[in-house]
Amino acid sequence: MAQPLEKVDRRDAKLALAHLFVAFAALALGGFAGLLQTLVRSGKFELPAGISYYTILTTHGVLLGLVLTTFFIIGFQFAAVSRTTGALSDGSRRLGWIGFWMMTSGTACTAFFILTGQASVLYTFYAPLQAHAGFYIGLALVVVGSWVSGFAMFAHYARWRKTHRGQVSPLLAFMSVTNMVLWLVCSLGVAATVVFQLIPWSLGLTDRVNVLLSRTLFWYFGHPLVYFWLLPAYMVWYAVIPKVIGGKMFSDSLARLAFILFLLFSIPVGFHHQLLEPGISPFWKYVQVVLTFMVIIPSLMTAFAMFATFESYGRSQGATGLFGWLRKLPWSDARFFAPFVGMLFFIPAGTGGIINASHQLNQVVHNTIWVTGHFHLTVATTVVLTFFGASYWLIPHLTGRVMTKAMNRLAIIQTIVWAVGMTFMSGSMHFAGLLGAPRRSAFSTYSNSPQALEWIPYQIAQAVGGTILFIGIILILVIVINLAFFAPKGETEFPVAEAAAPYERAALALENWKLWIGLVVALILIAYTVPIIDIIQNAPPGSKGYKLW
Amino acid sequence: MAKLITAARQTKQEKEPALKGTLASVFLLGFFVIFSWVSVYFLFLHRL
Amino acid sequence: MHIHKYEKIWLTFGIGCLIVFLTVVGVSAFAAGQQPPSCLTTIDPEKVDSTPPFDHPGLVKKGDKEYELNIVVAAFSFTPNAIEIPKGAKVTINVTSKDVIHGFEIPGTNVNMMVEPGYVNSLTTTFDKPGEYTILCNEYCGAGHHMMTARIKVVE
Repeated sequence: MAQPLEKVDRRDAKLALAHLFVAFAALALGGFAGLLQTLVRSGKFELPAGISYYTILTTHGVLLGLVLTTFFIIGFQFAAVSRTTGALSDGSRRLGWIGFWMMTSGTACTAFFILTGQASVLYTFYAPLQAHAGFYIGLALVVVGSWVSGFAMFAHYARWRKTHRGQVSPLLAFMSVTNMVLWLVCSLGVAATVVFQLIPWSLGLTDRVNVLLSRTLFWYFGHPLVYFWLLPAYMVWYAVIPKVIGGKMFSDSLARLAFILFLLFSIPVGFHHQLLEPGISPFWKYVQVVLTFMVIIPSLMTAFAMFATFESYGRSQGATGLFGWLRKLPWSDARFFAPFVGMLFFIPAGTGGIINASHQLNQVVHNTIWVTGHFHLTVATTVVLTFFGASYWLIPHLTGRVMTKAMNRLAIIQTIVWAVGMTFMSGSMHFAGLLGAPRRSAFSTYSNSPQALEWIPYQIAQAVGGTILFIGIILILVIVINLAFFAPKGETEFPVAEAAAPYERAALALENWKLWIGLVVALILIAYTVPIIDIIQNAPPGSKGYKLW
Repeated sequence: MAKLITAARQTKQEKEPALKGTLASVFLLGFFVIFSWVSVYFLFLHRL
Repeated sequence: MHIHKYEKIWLTFGIGCLIVFLTVVGVSAFAAGQQPPSCLTTIDPEKVDSTPPFDHPGLVKKGDKEYELNIVVAAFSFTPNAIEIPKGAKVTINVTSKDVIHGFEIPGTNVNMMVEPGYVNSLTTTFDKPGEYTILCNEYCGAGHHMMTARIKVVE
């Protein structure tokens, strides 16, 4: 099987790179907004020139939560399918570019209305706060653009399957397709509320909006959204990291099974974001809590698979004892180190998630800054550090360069800086949240409330953490720019791991898309039909739009 | 081909890889989850 | 599909824990009545001021040590915003919004609920410890969101 370095087709590389550039540009601007927020929240700093905290907060959430993630993921997945199933057809590549330009123009449109203060509605844009119609139209373009790219990947995958009958598809292609199916099914919800409710309402074509329906459609999308972020990180862990450390994938079929479980159970769970809402019966909330707990299982499987990959490799290198294998791991290789630190952070991150979703326990943490701390561990550490780790080989692979030793050392430092900064910031957010400090709020002592005064030391720690993290952002931008434009020319591998055991027949059954999509639809109908009929039938008078910023 | 796969599977089942460290690691993780969840549950009860 | 023996042990243990967690919250919700706030009553958000009980917001005595506290929420205030409650009172808090979505939280307690236009939300709690409690809005509602606060004083 030894072959010369398998490369992503050059034309596909360009498409992937275009996505990565937008992603890192969003990181630069969104990260700066994040720094300003933590400084304001410390109470020691005020924004100049009457800039609103909530404008900055909206910028941060949209650019990092929606733009950075979606662009990086689609770029990465185009590279992954091209690397494992061959160059895209001209038609698929054209679709990919159409998707890219729709998403980019949508982002520009939304960003314009946010930055000019016409859409300070945060990235969740809950009605009846009403942003300028351009904000929603831009977002709709981003979502529809991502669908076009998804269809390009589906078409490519279908073509591969037609020419490779009876064969199991390459793991990375299978995972990319699973993630895009997940994305398509869930983003139908946000598209529905944006296109049918919010755009006509913000244009003045309709007067009133059903607030609870809009929120429910948003959260039907909002939770699978976080799995759409997480699954590409899992792709790197399962299918790339074993090769980076020089070992084998623990189990190819279990990895596929985990992804199918994510597809099935990450969608019918949105109510765990709405546990404290009026208008939804506690029975249906609990049903979705149970379904939420199902989606923990594939993560339990992933934890085992990762440790097993590392231990097997360590033992093959002669490690002994219970934890001797840890010493054999390539700690000085940033391609391993950054995602590994991301994995470690997923332990408290996942734990926090279980607590958040535990029905009435949500009353302890809901809308407190604990939640902000939680997703800064999941997406802003686990996912993002894995994306950084992937960039260290993906960008030089795509640009025909190599990462120098100095850049690798800087990348190790970047990872440590990120881990330290996030420990300060997210750690203090968790504790302040348990004491009741609210999320998404500018600095306030709530008329010198004794409770609010207790939070201030934690808020200062958040600013310290935020500042350290901003240094981390500068470091990663230096590395990315180096890898894209200045690193020495050469060949970099796109690492793809081999499975420890040959393919099992079960892997073929896992590509029965009709079955899986049918099950996804069935689960969604079970979880949502009755409550959504209730929400529509028992709806109160709708709400007019408000611009309260 | 199919025979080859079955044969490989059989040898694998006879000799499972040594994963004691993995088992210990995931259980440490599990205990962390339990400890944290129970802590917040007691906080909830305390505040009732 | 082949699964390593240790992985079977781990998944059995892990899934067992999840079942225990679900049982604990399920039993305390459905048997002991500790459900998250999920009131199903609707209201016209533009007629809050003329709809009982919100036409006369405030604390109402309902029985021995039992009270109802009706609060109207609007950008950027709670009405009433200074409330005295006798110690040991069992209080059902009803809230509704006249405009956008708000949050209703008393830090340091389990009182935490969403306030949405068109709906009443409701939660019952007992104030056992005397002292000052802060009410605040924990869902973004506009420029003055972080200034939205009210005070409860629990007195002997």
